[in-house]
Amino acid sequence: MTRRAPWWLWVAGVAMAALALLPAVYLVVRASDADADTWRLLLRDRTWGLLWRTLGLAGAVTACAAAVSLPLAWLTSRTDLPGRRAWVVLLCVPLALPTFVSGYVLLAAFGTGGALEEPLSRWGLPVPSVYGFPGALLALTVSTYPYFLLALRAGLQAQDPAWLEGARSLGLTPARAFWRVTVPLLRPAFASGALLVGLYVLSDFGAVALLQYDTFSRAIYVQYEGAYDRTYAARLGLALVVVTVAVLVLEVRLRGRAGYHRSAKGASRAASPVRLGRWRVPALLLCGAVVALGVGLPVGVLVFWGVRGLSGAEAPVLGPALNSVFASALGAVAAVLGALPLAFLAVRHPGRLTVALERAAYGGYALPPIVLALSLVFLGVQALPFLYGTLAMLVLAYLVRFLPQAVGVTRSSLLQLNPHLPEAAASLGQPPSGVLRRVTAPLLRPGLLAGAALVFLTAMKELPATLLLAPIGFETLATRVWSATAEGRFAEAALPALVLLAVSTLGVGLLVSQEGGSTPS
Amino acid sequence: MTRLLSICLFLSLSSTALAAETLTVYSGRNEKLVGPLFKKFTEKTGIEVKVRYGETPQLAATLLEEGAKTPADVFFAQDAGGLGALANAGRLQPLPKEVLGKVDARFRSPQGLWVGTSGRARTVAYNTKKVKAEELPKSILGFTDAKWKGRLGWAPTNASFQAFVTTLRLLKGEEAATQWLKGMQANSPRVYKNNAAIIEALVRGEIDAGFVNHYYLYAAKKDKGELPVANHFVAAGDPGALVNVAGVSILKETKKADAARKLATYLLETDAQTYFSTETYEYPLVSGVKTAAALPELSKVGSPDLDLSKLDDLRGTVKLLQDTGVL
Repeated sequence: MTRRAPWWLWVAGVAMAALALLPAVYLVVRASDADADTWRLLLRDRTWGLLWRTLGLAGAVTACAAAVSLPLAWLTSRTDLPGRRAWVVLLCVPLALPTFVSGYVLLAAFGTGGALEEPLSRWGLPVPSVYGFPGALLALTVSTYPYFLLALRAGLQAQDPAWLEGARSLGLTPARAFWRVTVPLLRPAFASGALLVGLYVLSDFGAVALLQYDTFSRAIYVQYEGAYDRTYAARLGLALVVVTVAVLVLEVRLRGRAGYHRSAKGASRAASPVRLGRWRVPALLLCGAVVALGVGLPVGVLVFWGVRGLSGAEAPVLGPALNSVFASALGAVAAVLGALPLAFLAVRHPGRLTVALERAAYGGYALPPIVLALSLVFLGVQALPFLYGTLAMLVLAYLVRFLPQAVGVTRSSLLQLNPHLPEAAASLGQPPSGVLRRVTAPLLRPGLLAGAALVFLTAMKELPATLLLAPIGFETLATRVWSATAEGRFAEAALPALVLLAVSTLGVGLLVSQEGGSTPS
Repeated sequence: MTRLLSICLFLSLSSTALAAETLTVYSGRNEKLVGPLFKKFTEKTGIEVKVRYGETPQLAATLLEEGAKTPADVFFAQDAGGLGALANAGRLQPLPKEVLGKVDARFRSPQGLWVGTSGRARTVAYNTKKVKAEELPKSILGFTDAKWKGRLGWAPTNASFQAFVTTLRLLKGEEAATQWLKGMQANSPRVYKNNAAIIEALVRGEIDAGFVNHYYLYAAKKDKGELPVANHFVAAGDPGALVNVAGVSILKETKKADAARKLATYLLETDAQTYFSTETYEYPLVSGVKTAAALPELSKVGSPDLDLSKLDDLRGTVKLLQDTGVL
């Protein structure tokens, strides 16, 4: 099964990995503007403190996001839950909300003097403090659990129901069969979700800054924002790259090399949905609660802001909305295409080198986005002046930044695809293009769509790269929201933020409706 | 007749298209604030302006990364620190004397590499329901008093706060600055992301007083109407009375230096200065333009006597903030 990969796959894979490693290379260049003092600064106790705080937050958010997503993924893909697809769409929307907005929303709702203070105190309930660890945990869990949700759903949909049926026929109760068969088989999906969530937390700046929790990423921003010190910032960034490498190696170790596809004869078919029966109401309540927190609360706060400020003339949002959709869609297509060679190499031709290439895709993912944006400024000006300042440069930035999201999901669904199916098709006389079109692509579709949805949603809210690399005058909804909140004009931020959520909902709705027959209907 | 008209229209359009020059500006100032000014400039001179908006420090870092190949002609920054970083790296060219001469020497680069376009004073904003004006200390140094424990907010990662700490170091010495930061730490101030977030917290009643730039309060009032928040100006000459500037500079390698100079000139004309005063509630820096009615005169604010270009010594400030555990 580990036949040599064709040369073009290698070329594509190496090119993608090189692109993804660019931010790290840039940091090495910047960090070497030497003086010993800054290295000393790096090794202070404070750096270790920051590291522990950052890793603690990343671990906690990952665990919470996984715990929330597993039941949601199962309910929306394996049961007769009413309105499954609508729930999936709503549950994914928080991904499109910039974390600097979620931070403001939490403060506006739970902060001192916030909207919930009076009702809570009327009931004699204490107002929970949103500052520090609890607030950062809440904000980041709400904005990252969809990474898990989409990965787990793709995993569940690709899972052959025969596994579960086999377990049931051996006498396991449905619950035990779920924990002993379904969940272990989701290991690759958990792994890719955990990487996306954990590394995203390492890179987040918006939420931790507003909710006053000090992390590595925040320390890096401080160097740019306050000190104009690119050298020290680059060194902190390199430290973060080291952490990322450690996490990636650890994840490979934990994941192991098990196969996750079916190997028996016959074809896989769709599972029949589990009847929820009397569990239907609690299931709906769970979905409703998560949606209320992730979508209802921000929409409520945004509408409140917007109504308060309706008197002012509103800036048009149609142009920025079209720009957002166009650039994010291009970014999603680019990232999914870029992810394919890396995922194919790592899954179909596993070896040290191919796994290393696939891991390289995560090169810049844990870095604060400003570092990535500056590294692309560097690349653009030095090597690609003809692209610099064009939309292509922005799409390239989205590709580099969001490649890991596409790789993670593609990889886990590819792991569950039995390689003998395309081989059989080939032996039956299909040319490679036919195998791809008629066998591999349809089987991979849920995974690819989930990857595209992820990238689309996250690109919609992307800020630093959009500000620095988009063609001049190319406004997106996210830049509009930023420019209003930066000056404290929250009323003006409301409309573009609401449109951002609405457009993202439509986009994900469209992708989910394309999921096709693999969902029980 | 229509044909003639359309020919005329075509000719006039094409002639303006030919004549139109395009300037590329990197603006660390918000589009809402300065966008209308660029429009007026285009109407007046026929020079088109393309603007990349962003955060001042991030645009400064971008300009440093782009080096000589930058597409930018002009850098319009929100504070003197960003301009200083580019001046130090040798990325700026001197401005003409007549432009520099319009502004008091305190508010421009001694080498003539940038010029302030509007002034931004440090103030203490306070919640008028919780604090009486006479309770507030005359000097920023008074806020280390234990009675302020748990009542203050600051934004130590914010460039304007760091410029103030630099002022404190330069005016009172490292030791005094260290003491002040430690005293403040003992009062456990709440940490905010920026000035706007401090004003929000004051409106919510989360804190009683916070260190901000003066105009954020007026922006918030525009957004929300009357608020129980007011600005307190500390005594003239106090480090807490620093007036920093937003300013303009021309990139060294620009091929459009003439047009760039026209823009710099325009920003110091009465028109633009009045705009800053009335629309953004900043201090106009050219004499003869009225300060917004809600504000004390710039001369009364009494910014301490300090060379603003020295505010680029931010490394020392950030190091001090790190050593005292503030950052």
